[in-house]
Amino acid sequence: MAGFYLFAAAVLLLPWLGIDPYFITVVGVAAGLHIILAVGLNLLMGYAGQISLGHAAFFAIGAYASAILTTRYAWPGLLALAAGLVLAGSIAWLLARPILRLHGHYLAMATLGFGVIAHVIMVQASGWTGGPDGLGGIPPLNLFGWVVDSDTRWYAVMAAATLLALWLSLNIIDSRIGRALRAVRGSEFAAQIMGIDTARAKTQVFVVSALFAAFAGSLFAHQQSFVSPDSFNLAISVELVTMVVIGGMASTFGAAFGAIALTLLREGLVVFEDYEMLIHGALLMVVMIILPQGLFVGIGQGLRRVLALVLSRQP
Amino acid sequence: MSSDPEAASVTPLLAVTGLCSGYGPVRAVEQLDLHVMPGERVALVGGNGAGKSTLLHTLSGLHPARAGTIRIAGQDSTRWPAHRIVAAGLCQVPEGRQVFAPLSVEDNLRLGAYSRRDTEGVRRDLEQVYTLFPILAERRQQRAGTLSGGQQQMLAMGRALLGRPRLLLLDEPSMGLAPLLVEEIFRVIVALNEQQGVGILLVEQNARAALAIAARGYVMENGRIVKTAPAAQLLADDAVRRAYLGG
Repeated sequence: MAGFYLFAAAVLLLPWLGIDPYFITVVGVAAGLHIILAVGLNLLMGYAGQISLGHAAFFAIGAYASAILTTRYAWPGLLALAAGLVLAGSIAWLLARPILRLHGHYLAMATLGFGVIAHVIMVQASGWTGGPDGLGGIPPLNLFGWVVDSDTRWYAVMAAATLLALWLSLNIIDSRIGRALRAVRGSEFAAQIMGIDTARAKTQVFVVSALFAAFAGSLFAHQQSFVSPDSFNLAISVELVTMVVIGGMASTFGAAFGAIALTLLREGLVVFEDYEMLIHGALLMVVMIILPQGLFVGIGQGLRRVLALVLSRQP
Repeated sequence: MSSDPEAASVTPLLAVTGLCSGYGPVRAVEQLDLHVMPGERVALVGGNGAGKSTLLHTLSGLHPARAGTIRIAGQDSTRWPAHRIVAAGLCQVPEGRQVFAPLSVEDNLRLGAYSRRDTEGVRRDLEQVYTLFPILAERRQQRAGTLSGGQQQMLAMGRALLGRPRLLLLDEPSMGLAPLLVEEIFRVIVALNEQQGVGILLVEQNARAALAIAARGYVMENGRIVKTAPAAQLLADDAVRRAYLGG
């Protein structure tokens, strides 16, 4: 948990370091969202070893649930958020059994299909979703009378939400279920011999992972006050997978680190305009070639090696 | 100890009748009958491809049975999922150890206790496994993948013991181990059986070593049991000697 407190301290200190407030609020809030998404996906990918190329769909379910229920039916934000969680969790639970029987490329294809279907629904069911034009006018989140209507307040809310996600993830991994997930990743066969109901373990983690995404989606809808299908397309799903992989699989802080790195990268590359995607892709390739174990894990190992070398040189 | 379930008043711990199992057109297990009484030590020997591992996988619920019944302490477990079979006390030590390489020795052992909820009992059993295999206690925080083959076999056995088995299914525990280590492993199997009353079904290609510690033995060929007798009798049997004991 030392890493968690360190991270919490960093989140609290960041606004006082005299960095450009735009950077703190806008980039910080985006990074927080990505951390929640990546940490949730990492439970599924990094720990249980199951890929999902359709994770943006759960992100979308949370976002659209909040958007539709608060604008069309005037639900309070927190209730809509809860409804989004229930909906995403239920869909994940229904999908999990048939989908998680698949492995490798087949699982990738099936989750990809799910993401595409979700996107088509967002575009076509315009009566509900507003279609390709999206849905605007989402009221700010009201937390028991405290209205989250400024960038500073959003930073506070996102900081709390991010820390909650990290704390939950760390606790899940350290629990009996976490051990079961790592066993499933190691060898599903051996996990079954241990008496682990592997289908159930995979279903649970798929649902948890979907809940993280839907939670992020609801916050996103309120923060942007506007949602459209573009925010939840295949590219977003792929980017989420990239965050987990680039940070270092099976490491909560690795996923968080990957989320921050990609958020900053996207921000930093804006100056290159048309070449943004080109440089983005090239950087990812270079990182994967040099540090296949991921940035966070790889840099950690590198530092330890340098430290050992320095210590051994001393007389 | 009686070897005939019909004559004994005790219910067999494991009773298999007419079991068939296979893969596609391959019939790996054909009309197989077998039983193990509570606390009994039984060896199942046979060559490569006799269907021994398929049999164990079917018993553990990892592979579906095509026909026949499997009963655990009288209850029909033929269609039970694997986790329910483990909870009923049938634990397998798989071929090739199958330890979780990136996890620590202790996490591996704790996974063996996955189906149990009695934290205190698990802690006691963990200490007991460490007493049984002191090397595992020394390396409890080490990653299981860094252990030697013999140590991994001990870990796989310790892990199965944490499931608190009534019957331990061992699939080729001697495979790839030096003779001295095989002796050590087999000594532990006997100790478990004698001290804790754990029933043993030992599946081995190393027929001599397996039959030497078993009370009763089965010889399996082409998916069928071709001979069953007290282990000492099998060791002396001419046909068995020629086929499995090197003359």
